[in-house]
Amino acid sequence: MAINRDYVGRVFGVSEPYEVSRVKIAEFADAIGDANPVYRDKAAAQAAGHSDVIAPPTFAIVISMAGSGAALGDPGLGLNYAMVVHGEQRFSYSRPITAGDVVTAQVTLTDIRDAGRNVMLTTSTEIKTVAGEHVCTAVSTIVERGA
Amino acid sequence: MSGQITYAGVEAGTELPAASYPVTRLSLVKYCGASGDFNFIHWNERVAKAVGLPDVIAHGMFTMAQAGRFVTDWAGPRATVVEFGVRFSSMVVVPDQDNGASIEVSGHVEEKLPDNRVAIALTARAADTKVLTRARAVVRLP
Repeated sequence: MAINRDYVGRVFGVSEPYEVSRVKIAEFADAIGDANPVYRDKAAAQAAGHSDVIAPPTFAIVISMAGSGAALGDPGLGLNYAMVVHGEQRFSYSRPITAGDVVTAQVTLTDIRDAGRNVMLTTSTEIKTVAGEHVCTAVSTIVERGA
Repeated sequence: MSGQITYAGVEAGTELPAASYPVTRLSLVKYCGASGDFNFIHWNERVAKAVGLPDVIAHGMFTMAQAGRFVTDWAGPRATVVEFGVRFSSMVVVPDQDNGASIEVSGHVEEKLPDNRVAIALTARAADTKVLTRARAVVRLP
């Protein structure tokens, strides 16, 4: 099934608010094998200058994927998820994601291009607090491998 | 962890101590749950092979997380990551064995930037193949 190029430039709706919990951060840190106390211990995080436990840098993918998953799963786009691998990922942070943050994600599908038999899709996701403070921009390129 | 690195204490070219991080099928199952990415290719060998992969492969984001941990462990708790980007150049194949695979990460200070920031150039390999290229983190140091 071909990818629908008409989706380039599409700005998807703002996600439902995501509340960042200490428990979820600790679960994520455990899953990546990172024992850093700033991801688990409020006192350690505060000693490092944060208001509460912070999230590992790549935790932003959990929030951005919640938004981009809906966008990339749009049946009109025609993406075959089983053939998808990750091509590139970039994050730009205004500050660390912190326990207690309530954030939303808004996805823009910025590019669809061919690379040999593969198709590469790039999304840019703005993660902001519900008060409008920018926290992180996540730019993802995924690759649909040619059959 | 290696204590706290300061901006004044690093120079361009400073090497970060190389590290090796294990990845097993259990790692991937845990990462599926924690991240919400349940793509079959990360846990189901039958589906992975049916779509042309050699075996189950690690999430690219799991590998990126190891590179992130490498930087934050070096930089210390009072450093903050302001930018982090990678290209996934090859897959990390994770066989169904107790010792799975390992991801070897190395890096160096590429340049000192204004505002107490430093850029770190990173390399990650698995099975002697580069799995991350153009991998770079910018951290703000005390």
